[in-house]
Parts: sequence; C-alpha cells; structure tokens
Amino acid sequence: MEASPDMTPARLLPCGDTALAVELGDRVDRRVSALVLALAERLRAAAVAGVVEAVPTFRSLLIHYDPLTVSQAELKERLAPLLSGLRAADSSGRHWRIPVCYHEIVAPDLAEVAGRTGLSAAQVVEAHSAVTYHVYMMGFLPGHPYMGDLPSELVLPRRDSPRTVVPAGSVSIATTLTAVYPLESPGGWHLIGRTPALLWDRRRERPTMLAAGDHVRFQPVSLGEHETLAARSAAGEWRLEPESGLKDHSAGVRTQA
Amino acid sequence: MTSALRVVAPGLMTTLQDLGRAGYQHLGIPVSGALDAVALRAANAVVGNPPGMGALEIAYQGPTLVVEADSVRLAFAGGAAAIDVLDGATAAGGMRVPPFQSVHLRRGQALRVGALSGSVVGYLAAEGGFEAAPALGSQSTYVRAGLGGFEGRALQAADSLPLRQSRAEEREERRLPSLDLALPGRFRVVLGPQDDHFSERGRRTLLGSTFTVSAASDRMGMRLRGPALEHCKSGNIVSDGIAPGSIQVPGNGLPIVLLADRQTTGGYPKIATVIAADLPRLGRLAPGAEVAFEAVSVEAAEAAHRQYAAMLAAFSGQVVAVVAAPIIDEDALRAANLVSGVISAHDPRWEPP
Repeated sequence: MEASPDMTPARLLPCGDTALAVELGDRVDRRVSALVLALAERLRAAAVAGVVEAVPTFRSLLIHYDPLTVSQAELKERLAPLLSGLRAADSSGRHWRIPVCYHEIVAPDLAEVAGRTGLSAAQVVEAHSAVTYHVYMMGFLPGHPYMGDLPSELVLPRRDSPRTVVPAGSVSIATTLTAVYPLESPGGWHLIGRTPALLWDRRRERPTMLAAGDHVRFQPVSLGEHETLAARSAAGEWRLEPESGLKDHSAGVRTQA
Repeated sequence: MTSALRVVAPGLMTTLQDLGRAGYQHLGIPVSGALDAVALRAANAVVGNPPGMGALEIAYQGPTLVVEADSVRLAFAGGAAAIDVLDGATAAGGMRVPPFQSVHLRRGQALRVGALSGSVVGYLAAEGGFEAAPALGSQSTYVRAGLGGFEGRALQAADSLPLRQSRAEEREERRLPSLDLALPGRFRVVLGPQDDHFSERGRRTLLGSTFTVSAASDRMGMRLRGPALEHCKSGNIVSDGIAPGSIQVPGNGLPIVLLADRQTTGGYPKIATVIAADLPRLGRLAPGAEVAFEAVSVEAAEAAHRQYAAMLAAFSGQVVAVVAAPIIDEDALRAANLVSGVISAHDPRWEPP
C-alpha cells in the first residue's frame, strides 16, 4: 500500500469476520485524527457494497461490514485506492458554543484541579473556556465526545479512584482531553463544570448532539443562567444549535438501509 | 381497544429486542439486539414473522402475561423453558406448550414462561410483532440510555405491551422440529486487533486454558474467570472501535467478551474476536459455564459465517404443521378406511395446480 506524504503506512487489523480496523497512527494527534476523518469521508463517498458503518476514533477507523457481501480480502482491496494519497481533511465540522457553569456547586473537582495545577479556580475556568476543541471521536456512552487538546497547564492524570455516579451534563477533564458526560454514569475524570445542554436526548429523533470533527468552545454561564437553561432543556423548550459549520458528520458513513 | 399483552410478572430481565440498530456507532450508540440471534429468528419463523422482527428477550426467568386481544399466536424459542397456558393469571396447571412451537391464545388466557435451562436467554415472538415505535430504526432496548423497546427499559408488572395484530391468523399451529442449541467445545476466534499487546505466553493462555463465565456478566459483556493473560505492553491503548465478540483484556489480565450492548469504543487491548457464527451460542452461556477458545483464520471464519447464514435461511422451510393428534395409529386409520382418500403427487388421478 502506497503511503501518501501525510501518513505512515496504514495497518489493517482484523476484528473477527465482521469488522476491520484501519490504523493510521498510534497516538492522540490532530493530524492523525484529520486523516481518520478524511478516510471516513472517502469511504462514505465510495459507498463500498457490504460496508455497514464506520467508527472514527483517535487514530483508527473501525469498518463494520457484512462478510456475506464483501470478504475481508475484498474489503482490503477496495480500501487500497482510498488510502492511497490520503490527506488530512479540512477542518469542516460544525461549530458549537456550549454553555458551562463552573460554580463550585456543580464543579466538585474545580478546587482540587486548581490546587494541583497551581492555578486559581478562575484561571482554570479561563483556560478551559479560552480554546476551541476538536471532537476527536464519540464513544464510551451514546453522545459522549472525546475533545482536545486541553491547554497544557490543565493536563492531569485521571482520578485515582473513579466515581460510581457522575451526573449527566458534567464537564470533565483528564490527560490532554475534555468531555461531557451525556448520561449519569460512573466516571474517573475530574469534574470542573456542568452544562445545561443535552448531549443525549432520547426524545429527539437524533438523540446525540455532537459528532467527530465538530469544533467546541465552552461559554461560562452563571449558576442562575445554568438552572434556567437546564429547566428549559428538561421541558423540551430549549436545545443548543450549532453556530455554523460546513459539514455535518453525524450522518455517518452507513451505506445500507 | 388496543390489543396487548398485559404483564402480570415481568420475569428477571425481559426486554424487546430485534437484530439491533446498526449505523449509529460513530455517535457512541451501541448496536444492542438479541444476545442469541439464532433463537430470535427461530421464534419468529414459528409464528410466521420476518426473521428479524422484535420479540421479548427473556433472561433466566420468564414473564407471566395476560392476553388482552381477541386472540394472539405466540412461540418461545431458546433454552428448555416451556409456555404454560393458564386459565387465569394466577391459576396453575393448564396446557404446556414446548419451545419452538406456536400456540393460539384467546382473550383472558394467561401464559407463563418458566425458568430457562440449557440457555440463559430465549425469545417470545408474537405473530405480527409488538407495536413499539422504532428508535433509530430498531425496536431493540438499550436500557442504559433508555432507548428503544417499551419505554427504553425492561418490562415491569402492569405494563401493557401493544400488539400489531388484534387476532391470530386462522391456521394450524406450527413448530420448528430440530434446532441445534448445543454448545461448541471451543469458541472460534480470530486473533487481533491487539494480540501484539500480549506475550507469547499470554496468547497461549487464551488458547490453551478453560475459563469460567462470571456472574458479573450482562448484555454488555461476559466476564471470564481463569488464568490471567499476560500483557507485554501497557494494559491500556489509545481508545479505538470495538467489534462484536471483541475479547478485551484490562490490566488484571481477565478477559471480557463484548456482547450486544457493548460500548462502541474502548481503551483496553483486544487480544482476539469471537467469530460471528459462534456469538449466538456464547450468548446462551450461564454463569459457571466453561469456555475455551481456538484460533481460526479470517477465511475460515468467513466460511463458517456462510454456513451459519445458510442455517438461518433454512428455518422458514423447516417449519412444519403441528399434527393435532399427538399419536397417530396408522394401522387403525387404515382399518377404519379413513386414509383411502389421501392424495399424493404420484396419484395419476390428481393433478397439482
């Protein structure tokens, strides 16, 4: 397989007889992520028979397929021209400005994060809300985004002991990443805020909000604003809409009905 | 009035499941669907439904349901439980219908699916199916996010499960004569995608040991007890996608086989993947059951998949009518001259249409 100038040679890794991982790197990296998203885009355009769906992750694309329609060997052949000359995708996802309340009542780890990073709580908030994050991938839970990269001064390892219950909407950080818990769940990241936006809303026809390739900026809001918006969210009277964006990646690459 | 089955007792964990919601894993939404897709298809075949129609997945202990429709045709498949038909919801006794056979019930009759044996899951299919709005194209219940099924959860007492048909078709009852629910000696796996994260000894441990299904198993994953698999790199990877049947191995070295409600991505190395043809049988295993693995090539897995698909496709042709009289004494029938009118394709007097 010919490597393009942008990438190291792809590794094609069998995941049983119904999935194939295309690995384009070995780390969390914006350039690798852009290649993964570009491959997902090419695969969608190619509409390869038998491909059921493809899941972009930090450094690989997992292709789920129907082996009765396409064998793994055939799928690899179809992928060769898609991988040849693959270049990082233009940054083309939707732009979101997500309201976040950083008040201590909904930010149980903010003080500890401040202490461990040597910053004030206000400086942590300022740093966290000062940059635009890239949604690398969705996973762990429905609608759960892995976003990066955090400003270097906020980088901390995961908590030593995970919580058994993290409330939905909790805004979290760990390592170089930030995320939002879409559902109440266990979790091991530091909780530094809460958003009233629903990243998972099963009442909606499309229950998830974000998709890989989107851009996210956090907008600090007061506890009062948060509570008002949270109540309106719960009542179905308010939902966050993207600001702009060239492409909606949430449609995925599914090619079969 | 809506036609429905009313839940008297919900069973241990009864959920509506079909073949799952493919196409949304890139948003973190699991596929879900039947743990044993073979038994689901069998139950649907017996009542004349399309193979992937939603049916009640019953785990360990079945529900008691009362018919609130003119009539309904039901069939249970999987495990060794039977349908007990009761004259009222609390009455004991009555008719017992074996698995893989349909039964026609009238309004007010109740049925109970007892404790399962031979498999931890089975499927109760209703002719015409259940009326539940598909979520993202599927009726499958994903309890963790409240998606699909009946209100996104397992059945509860007093639920009313709407039926699509108000009465059963007028026809004979049917059954599926033979379904091989035997467990394989070894479950077949394809090594990878991260088998290189394990030492040679770690890979040998996977393929040369017998593991035991832990009680801490659910629709998401089957935890296995046994010898730990030795990593040769870190017990974590940069998170990537998860295939059905992935065997992930956290730092403690104990494998977890990921099943229907598996998360779409994960950060533990995956040493191997159970092949698709063997996954339904894996879904049948009870805590305490023994599991061993053998490695096969992708080509062998694909050949097994074709055989598996052919086995599933044959179901509808294998369904036969249930003979009304349980014992037929052919000699007595001949003596009574009751069979002289029987026609056959070889009879020159009879011309098939």
